[in-house]
Amino acid sequence: MSKVVLERVQAKFGAQVLETQSFRGDDTIVVARESWHDVAAFLRDDAVTDMAMFIDITAVDWPERAAEEAEEEGVPGAGKRFDLVLHLYSLGKGHRVRLKTRLADGEQPATVSDLWAAANWFEREVWDMFGIKFAGHPDMRRLLMYEEFEGHALRKDYAADRAQPLVPYRNTPDVLDKQAPFRADEGMPFGRRDWQPRDHAWTALDTETADRPLGEAVIVNPDNRRPS
Amino acid sequence: MEPTDYDIDESELDLPTEPMRLAMGPSHPAMHGTIRMMVECDGEMLTKVDVEMGFLHRGFEKMCERGTWAQCFPYTDRLNYVSPMLCNVGFAHAVEKLADIEITERCKWYRVVLGELARITDHLTCNAAMAMELGAFTPFLWMVRAREHIWDLLEEETGARLTHSFARIGGMAKPPTPLLKARLGEVIPAVRSIIDESMKLLLKNRIFLDRMQGVGVMSAAEAVQWGWTGPTLRSTGVAYDVRKAHPYLVYDQLDFDVPVGERGDNYDRYLVRNEEMYQSLRMLEQCVQKMPDDGPINVADRPEIVLPEKKDVYTTIEGTIQHFKLVMEGAKIPAGEVYGFTEGGNGELGFYIVSDGTGTPYRVRIRPPCVFVLQSFPRMIRGHMIADVVPTFGSVNMIGGECDR
Repeated sequence: MSKVVLERVQAKFGAQVLETQSFRGDDTIVVARESWHDVAAFLRDDAVTDMAMFIDITAVDWPERAAEEAEEEGVPGAGKRFDLVLHLYSLGKGHRVRLKTRLADGEQPATVSDLWAAANWFEREVWDMFGIKFAGHPDMRRLLMYEEFEGHALRKDYAADRAQPLVPYRNTPDVLDKQAPFRADEGMPFGRRDWQPRDHAWTALDTETADRPLGEAVIVNPDNRRPS
Repeated sequence: MEPTDYDIDESELDLPTEPMRLAMGPSHPAMHGTIRMMVECDGEMLTKVDVEMGFLHRGFEKMCERGTWAQCFPYTDRLNYVSPMLCNVGFAHAVEKLADIEITERCKWYRVVLGELARITDHLTCNAAMAMELGAFTPFLWMVRAREHIWDLLEEETGARLTHSFARIGGMAKPPTPLLKARLGEVIPAVRSIIDESMKLLLKNRIFLDRMQGVGVMSAAEAVQWGWTGPTLRSTGVAYDVRKAHPYLVYDQLDFDVPVGERGDNYDRYLVRNEEMYQSLRMLEQCVQKMPDDGPINVADRPEIVLPEKKDVYTTIEGTIQHFKLVMEGAKIPAGEVYGFTEGGNGELGFYIVSDGTGTPYRVRIRPPCVFVLQSFPRMIRGHMIADVVPTFGSVNMIGGECDR
């Protein structure tokens, strides 16, 4: 890893860099939450740092540290509970850096998925596992767990043997167009004849064209036609 | 019954098309069991794809926070279950980096031997499954036969065919068996000839080529943007291999090439994996020549971390106490955080580990290389046919255990 990156970021951002450290060959930069996205963008675009490759984003939960900080300040919940950890790599230069910021519970860092497409799912995973939401993320769904999962599993106060409630039949909107995939009245009939009463456009087509000779089919919904 | 053989050209038939939504997986033979894709197709062409993972999530990272550092090894076996030894070695590598342990020379060679064997089984499985899903069953059976040779050898060395749990912090569970080099001398040519044969079966097959070439194309710039590593990144022409770029173990003493593709399609991914198997065999041949035949396998000067020899445990009180404390309390890895990375079967396999100085890991985070490729799957497949999902998904080499953790 490279000290050059640390110096470069310190020179550029000054007081926004809270801390830098080098340990076992890994270089770490700790920045304030407000400059999280700026520093990440700088690391990617600067000619010296050149961090084109996103390696990983994850978090670490430090509830005891947060409790101590909150006690010092006298404000409950003021402690910075989470470390948000971003690893970056430069394919051209061959150096790596670890960018960290500290977050209180409920604070929202800016997403970096606009800088690296790869960050999209991993920020979803951080939300899923730690309950950290990213401001400006295009699709803040859970990644590994399901929608109805209660709590965030990698927080230290989530007991590893905790049982989850049973999930009733799901009526949440689906992801593709915010509609459940196969409601009783949509989709295509599987047979040639449709035995179920339907209120869908296909039914209209079927009944209206039942007596028509082929070749005079009615276009029910012109918007859905394949562009020619 | 209405006639069905009417002439479309003569009748000005304009049938309305509605987008059809299909759920592929999680119980779909081509989805390898643990993934769901909601696809929307216009005719046979895919217009929208949403990939949903997590069906095999077992809480690897949470489980690691419960036991000792040594107890994480069985979990790492179950990450990438077609090359468990690489995950074993990768995790040991990260912990040794945090504890600042320099492992012995013989152990480095041994890890390279076992790791490269595992890499061959990984690529064999991927290519074989991909061919089988396209209907080529014979190459699948042949490649699995080659895999058997390697698994037999790994079983002789480690005692288990698949879930070895063989690496230890600061060494390996056992030293190499005396027959290792002789058996490698038998296995290497056998595996090589089988790979040759299976390539001959596939590379002149019109169906195979048509379904692989030009499908699932990814450019180098986009692959980097999506965080690809490993064979999939190299198939786009970027020669990034951790073994070359940041040599660990003894890879700097081995002579091998990094194969790259040109177009980044399924065919290139297949070819890169094939060539990597040849390179691994080449490395194994050099290991047979260069690996020392004797010498310690475990680090001797770190008794607070490395288990003592069984002989000492049963005959000396110091050994007994050391063994007891290491098993009951766990090795006290110094407080701190590191990111240790090795070249796994699918790419850069990283472990970000945090220790607070007690015997229990504070945080173990794995960087799963195949998630990055899977994440860009909608981008690769959009505009292709439904049938193209099968070879493209095969060439991604999504491993459920590693992907969902």
